[in-house]
Amino acid sequence: MSSGDLAHPQEFGRNSRGIRFDPFRGVDFPELEKSLMRPRTLTSLLLSALVTAMCLLALIPLFSVVWMLLWRGGRKLSLASITQLPPAPLETGGGFGNAIVGTLIMVALATLISAPVAILCAVYLSQTEKDNRFAQGVRFAAKVLTGFPSILAGVFAYGAVVMLTGGFSAIAGSIALSILMLPTILLTAEDAIRMVPSKMVEAAIGMGATRTQTVRLVLLPTALPGILTGLMLAIARGAGETAPLLFTALFSNYWPMRGGHFDLMSPTASMAVLIYNFASLPFDNQIEMAWAAALVLVLIVLVTNIIGQSLSRRQIY
Amino acid sequence: MKRDQDSFQNPPTCASGPAGDSVVIDCHIEELYYGTFKAVRDTKIPVKSNEITALIGPSGCGKSTVLRCFNRMNDLVRGFRFRGHVRYRGMNIYEPTIDPVAVRRYIGMVFQQPNPFATSIYNNVAFGLRLNQYRGDHHSRVEEALKSAALWNEVKDKLHESGLSLSGGQQQRLCIARAVATQPEVLLMDEPCSALDPIATRHIEDLMKDLKARYTIAIVTHNLQQAQRVADKTAFLYVDTSGGARTGFLVEFGDSRQIFNDPREKHTRDYIRGEFS
Repeated sequence: MSSGDLAHPQEFGRNSRGIRFDPFRGVDFPELEKSLMRPRTLTSLLLSALVTAMCLLALIPLFSVVWMLLWRGGRKLSLASITQLPPAPLETGGGFGNAIVGTLIMVALATLISAPVAILCAVYLSQTEKDNRFAQGVRFAAKVLTGFPSILAGVFAYGAVVMLTGGFSAIAGSIALSILMLPTILLTAEDAIRMVPSKMVEAAIGMGATRTQTVRLVLLPTALPGILTGLMLAIARGAGETAPLLFTALFSNYWPMRGGHFDLMSPTASMAVLIYNFASLPFDNQIEMAWAAALVLVLIVLVTNIIGQSLSRRQIY
Repeated sequence: MKRDQDSFQNPPTCASGPAGDSVVIDCHIEELYYGTFKAVRDTKIPVKSNEITALIGPSGCGKSTVLRCFNRMNDLVRGFRFRGHVRYRGMNIYEPTIDPVAVRRYIGMVFQQPNPFATSIYNNVAFGLRLNQYRGDHHSRVEEALKSAALWNEVKDKLHESGLSLSGGQQQRLCIARAVATQPEVLLMDEPCSALDPIATRHIEDLMKDLKARYTIAIVTHNLQQAQRVADKTAFLYVDTSGGARTGFLVEFGDSRQIFNDPREKHTRDYIRGEFS
């Protein structure tokens, strides 16, 4: 652009391509607008369409399962089905109340076993140097354990608890589940504690807080939402596991009670094992009940996950 | 560790302390290392009671490092090694027999970034009382601390709101309130105003002058005008870059008036002239 352009701007209102051109700004305005004629816009559009399609594809299994559950399980779902005992073959009616109670008991017990160990371990890992050999080893083991085949947890609990106590039991089932829940709680809790700003730790130390006091009064309360999120994720996973319970809690057609209190030392029903057992039976009533149980299980896991998600959004620092 | 109200307010006394001397912290750093890096050498700073002692100097001269020696905050840094002594009331706090946690209860600290805890204003101030399992009246102690940090009027109606909801200047005053709630003898302030605007800075400076009556204060600042406004004594540190190292050392220590108006050392003169011209 020569100085002549500036002297007679009206003559240069359009460039050679017929696009409006402002010599004072030197910017080709239409170039800023979207146009399908340009390769960049076209690529962007295609890629957007591709990623949207892939997202939908990934959601298909989830929604089809939920749809099938609602359609086939919804019909059978009733107050009776969640409060009554399983029916005998060829019998009508009945429910899976004992499996709901069994799952809740075993998951609660597994949480009581794994949470204290995992959280204290996370405190230890977060308080040692990142490159401490022992801490690195523990962290590596926890990561390996997250990918641990769940059936092996059942085999371990079978050998360690069932063989020793002489029978299948809710305790054995809880121990198998707690092994699977431990690494999730541990790793998320360590992250949550490490995320606490170091300036808060400095503030506590600078006031003369001991290490224990710093952990108890600053680190754990501040990291609590993150720790609870991990706990909820682990509970959701534990509730849905079948394999570790097959060798440990086995199954039962009765309430996990004896003489008016919970009986933790005998075979106990669980939702996951009930679904597994009933789905393979040749009786329509049992098969429908398996669908209804699956729906209830998905709802339990979903609610736990939603609670976990909402807790993690409660960012307090 | 339970303490009753009285022993809580009185700093420990020590028979071996220099009698009649009002030096509360007598710091002599011969050499200070972080790993293999020599951060500070040959620095002698006496902090006298009920005075404000300022540490000034260019970036990287070790001002904060020196300040953090006064209550063993450097213990948190990996590879920290130290030769020399820091005597608090005659006791060398770097003796192996000394409990650093106890030291920090008498020598409080306010940091560069306001760092309130993610809890209510009240709980922030009461934090130190809980650490010490203080058995007196928490409410009056919290109110008193907030008043002495000139924050009471702004927060008295929202003591149970989060400390993080306050403005930067208010947060810093909250941190000061938290530090004075346990009535330490010494307050260390590591660039307490560098994250604040000029009005909030003036607030904190006025506050420091008030606090001087009851506490001994040591402050690190980048702002020479601030040191001139508030400090009774000033230590000027400089960084020795000879041999490729960056080691901080004390150039000059004295009354602030003398340091700013009639510095004896050339380094001090150049630095102060550069800043004010």
